[in-house]
Amino acid sequence: MNKVEFSIVLVLFVVVTVMGFLAARWRRRDTLHDLNEWGLGGRSFGTWVTWFLLGGDLYTAYTFVAVPALVFSAGALGFFAVPYTIVVFPLVFFAATRLWSVAHRQGYVTAADFVRGRHGSNTLGVAVAITGIVATMPYIALQMVGIQAVVEAIGIHGHWPLVIAFVVLAAYTYSSGLRAPALIAFVKDTLIYIVVIVAVIYIPYKLGGYGKIFDAAAKALPNKPSHGSITLKSSQYLAYSTLALGSAMALFLYPHSTTAVLAARSRNTVKKNMALLPAYSLMLGFLALLGYMAIAAKVTPVKGTNGKPDNNTIVPVLFDHQFPSWFAGIAFGAIAIGALVPAAIMSIAAANTFTRDIYKPYFRPNASPKEEAQVSKIMSLVVKFGALLVILLVDVQFALDFQLIGGIIIIQILPAVVLGLYTRWFHRWALLAGWAAGIATSIWMLWYVPNPLTNHKHFGGAQWALSHIGMNTKAAIWIGIPTVLINLILATLLTPLFSRLPRGVDATNADDYHAEAGDPRVAVLPSSSQESGATYRSER
Amino acid sequence: MSQEASKARSPEGRPGRVRARTGFIFRPVNLLLLLPFVGLLIPAFYNKATPRLGGLPFFYWYQLVWIPISVVITLIVYRATRGDR
Repeated sequence: MNKVEFSIVLVLFVVVTVMGFLAARWRRRDTLHDLNEWGLGGRSFGTWVTWFLLGGDLYTAYTFVAVPALVFSAGALGFFAVPYTIVVFPLVFFAATRLWSVAHRQGYVTAADFVRGRHGSNTLGVAVAITGIVATMPYIALQMVGIQAVVEAIGIHGHWPLVIAFVVLAAYTYSSGLRAPALIAFVKDTLIYIVVIVAVIYIPYKLGGYGKIFDAAAKALPNKPSHGSITLKSSQYLAYSTLALGSAMALFLYPHSTTAVLAARSRNTVKKNMALLPAYSLMLGFLALLGYMAIAAKVTPVKGTNGKPDNNTIVPVLFDHQFPSWFAGIAFGAIAIGALVPAAIMSIAAANTFTRDIYKPYFRPNASPKEEAQVSKIMSLVVKFGALLVILLVDVQFALDFQLIGGIIIIQILPAVVLGLYTRWFHRWALLAGWAAGIATSIWMLWYVPNPLTNHKHFGGAQWALSHIGMNTKAAIWIGIPTVLINLILATLLTPLFSRLPRGVDATNADDYHAEAGDPRVAVLPSSSQESGATYRSER
Repeated sequence: MSQEASKARSPEGRPGRVRARTGFIFRPVNLLLLLPFVGLLIPAFYNKATPRLGGLPFFYWYQLVWIPISVVITLIVYRATRGDR
């Protein structure tokens, strides 16, 4: 065990823990006892807080560890993270602002709240809610993979650091709600930016420049089990573009993305962030190149707890070899904190979704705001411990497989949520049927994806070979794209057929979709300070 | 993208009796947001190792260059649509 690295990680962990607990007092109104306060941080975050919160939320520790690991093993294909995180912002630019507006007018806390209100259907709302929760759970579990990779690189064996980190995280999320990750995100991203800037200058300097790094990668990749290369093979074009586009379509459908968007103070804050967030993509792009630096530096992955070499450890091991211990410690701290922020937001988002869209409509229609907040706080604990138990008792591979499925089924709520923001033409039962068909075909297609590298016969990846439908090609397609098309086509065809069935009542009004903070009828929250009122005006 | 086909309440304001209202807030400047899709989602256009820039093969620096381009595009659309409601 490296004592210097361990001490620095420990100090950073203690600092963010103190911040996590103190966050309960940050810009607090009189009480945390409703979901607007606990679950959305008082819906008061300005441009910078939102930028750090969304950045901390979308660019997770798992991304930092897994993207370079994919580049390390498969080459150019792993760089899909760059087009993915570029196209996502133009893609959601208008939809996210409309969702913010209607949610503020109507007091919605989750995307499923919106679906229930817009389409007048508890059933469709609960379908969207369950999809979100199922997709989020394994994502939380994967954040622990990020922490575990650091723990292994420091040279500690066993799961105890992970357990302690998650228990502490659960405690301050319980008491501070969304304010905790919002405050910690500042530390996380500052550390990550420092580490990445240093890494992309210092490591290539030590290894003889980017030219040499790419030459080494070009030489080594074809000999790896996945036969990668530093440019794409023509059979990978479809996989690359559908993976980038599909991941972008899925990203903002996850409950934790909605949570961070709805916590923004104004519609304008959301819009501005869509333009400012790609700064993180630049960082992610350079992070991805760490995979090649690891090849050039001849890094070998550490054996994981299951005894097999774990590619997710290559970035921590690279840092361990290339940096002095004290800086490697800072880098490890950055990755570990980078796991805590999204894990907190995800558990809050899943808990809010459970409370508002399952518990309240089906079990306690008259639940008070205070009861809602209490149920959400307890659920945030349940969700985190559930994820922890999966990692400890089942297997990391199980979480990975589930996350793969989650990324594809979450896209099936797109017609109900995103099209719902623009039109009410679709019948609620047609949307439900499309959703069910999309999920069923996704799971059916995923079942037929083997992974020869890990000896998996099923759920081996999200790329479905076109040879399944008799095409004489090695090309594959990201499963979410064809299945969401099936979903859309079915919803479109069934809508006219269902025209005689009763339509739900639309709780929203046309002008809700353009509402801005300060407008009449936008949910008025007691202003925390004079300053926040002044910022409304200056931000317009 | 900002085409709207949302429903308004009928003048009587009775829930359940809604009629379609189609309003357009569309600006040609919004079409700029399509450029990153064209530039990035057809990898056959940029899947080349050369020319290199600072040691990075074309495939990599071309995609990284799209980050500032897309920031500028999004900022232009943001400024143009800031007042839209």
